[in-house]
Amino acid sequence: MKEFQKGKMVPMPSTALIPERDLGKIPVLECLHLGIEFGGLKAVDDFNFTVGKTEIAGLIGPNGAGKTTVFNMLTRVYNPTHGTIMIDGQDTTGKTTVQLSKMGVARTFQNIRLFTDMTVEDNVRVGMHNQVRYSTVSGIFRLPPFWKKEKESHNKAMELLSIFDMQDLADVKAGNLPYGAQRRLEIVRALATEPKLLLLDEPAAGMNPNETADLMENIVKIRDEFQIAVLLIEHDMKLVMGICEGICVLNFGKIIAKGTAEEIQSNPEVIKAYLGNNSMEG
Amino acid sequence: MNFLKKSKLSTSALRDYCSFPLVTVVFVLITILNNSGKLNKSMQGLLVPVCCYIVMAISLNLTVGIMGELSLGHAGFMSLGAFTGVVTSQSLIGSVPNDTLRLVIAIAVGALVAAFGGFLIGLPVLRLRGDYLAIVTLAFGEIIMDIVNCLIVGHDENGLHLIFNFTGEKTVADLNLAEGGTAIIKGAQGAVGTKTIASFAAGFILIMITLFVVLNFIRSRTGRAVLALRDNRIAAESMGVNVMKYKMIAFVLSTTLAGMAGALYGLNFNMISADKFNFNTSILVLVFVVLGGLGNMLGSIIAATILYILPEALRGLADYRMLMYAIVLIVVMLATNNPKVKNLFMKIIPKRKSKEGGAAQ
Repeated sequence: MKEFQKGKMVPMPSTALIPERDLGKIPVLECLHLGIEFGGLKAVDDFNFTVGKTEIAGLIGPNGAGKTTVFNMLTRVYNPTHGTIMIDGQDTTGKTTVQLSKMGVARTFQNIRLFTDMTVEDNVRVGMHNQVRYSTVSGIFRLPPFWKKEKESHNKAMELLSIFDMQDLADVKAGNLPYGAQRRLEIVRALATEPKLLLLDEPAAGMNPNETADLMENIVKIRDEFQIAVLLIEHDMKLVMGICEGICVLNFGKIIAKGTAEEIQSNPEVIKAYLGNNSMEG
Repeated sequence: MNFLKKSKLSTSALRDYCSFPLVTVVFVLITILNNSGKLNKSMQGLLVPVCCYIVMAISLNLTVGIMGELSLGHAGFMSLGAFTGVVTSQSLIGSVPNDTLRLVIAIAVGALVAAFGGFLIGLPVLRLRGDYLAIVTLAFGEIIMDIVNCLIVGHDENGLHLIFNFTGEKTVADLNLAEGGTAIIKGAQGAVGTKTIASFAAGFILIMITLFVVLNFIRSRTGRAVLALRDNRIAAESMGVNVMKYKMIAFVLSTTLAGMAGALYGLNFNMISADKFNFNTSILVLVFVVLGGLGNMLGSIIAATILYILPEALRGLADYRMLMYAIVLIVVMLATNNPKVKNLFMKIIPKRKSKEGGAAQ
């Protein structure tokens, strides 16, 4: 695998860091004092984080730190009780999950959520729901827009599946795929929505070291090819330290550190709360 | 690797598209039998209702099997279609003498009214999920039945007259029909004196239309969105699928088809009352769907045909026929879930096994 080129991190006005090349562009994600309470329990508190236009960022922390809760707020599965989320410079207050998807936020899930009874290709095509459109009537009566758009969505789905060499599996039911392939299919499906920000929730969970190495390569490839930002939650430190430019460490819902891989690895508080002393030896 | 096997058409697609030739062959066979006088009177009387119940089963399968929500009030939409169909047909007798054309108009109007009813009921109901949705649809089915029960409709040269008999005191006389006018629906008595214009051929065409619409719907962008919502609502929403909109489209399509079936059904009988479309009818159709297999349209057709004819065929057993019916139901359910029976089928049809490939994993 090509050694990943880490950009220099540059401070943004809001004390956040983004890669040098993304300076001067509107950051794709900006969280300001984001917080959510579940009946008095502050699951996430004062979360400030910025992701640059083409940055690969990481969100790490011990179990129960609130990482997935942040993702759920970013996609409006939960409504934050405090703060604002800006996607590509636009405020998302009061928006729904569907609107967020249209604004360019796509995600995968920690516990895989594929459409298990549908084929691999159809799963990707559902991702294209708002990209390749035609009316219900032309679908029922097989009018010309149906044939044209179905061909378009088929070609596009095959193209996206080829990122992970999954074209051969197009006709297989998604539920019958091996675990690793299901995780990859989730990424393809998310890419089909043409996102600006791709949220990956533990993409390497359950993968062996070889698969993880492939995945790292592919995440970088996806970023380069589609020029999108990626924010990922991961417990595999090799992956996080290997490809993430900006890393944010959460513990008990609070940010305890932000910075590049080197800074995070040498941060005593992070080592105490999460990494432990031998973490990088394994 | 087994799951790598590819087939041009998936098993379910093959099965679905098989239903077109199958239904046609059965239609031709029965028409020949009927024309040569091999069918007795009671069997002849079953032909059109069977077609209607097949359409009902397919349309309910769209709600239950494809959309994944249990609806217990489907007979209510059939009832809407039936009574609007009857009213339309009866009031157009003078102006549209051609029976076939009048039947088409009646079915279209029945479909429209049922679609509108489906939309209105869908607005609150589709916000609910699971058991709650089932209970509320059940209630709406009963409400529709009760409303139709107190409906009095008549037609004369001035047009349609309609009153609601909520107090139970009003009669046909309150319609103030002009001379020569006829009462079409007489409250709890239902529609009386309907000119029957439904035919077996019309039923067959309706089944074909329903199959065409539903199967094409499933294999389109909209259908995929509905299937995605069924498989995983949160993921579908994250992909930008609007839950309410696509559930509504599927539900309204389902009630429209039920309305068409209802209109044909209503025009097949001289008289028909609202309590024909009660909770039992909804459950009957649900039994067809569940026994035929959720999402399996061909299964719905076969289950509806067999289970609708069965009580009639068992008439010779007199008092025991409903007992036999229940036993047959239980046996079929046990048999279709028994791995030994499944394996037996696999051996009989070896092709099927290889085609299913990965599905067996």
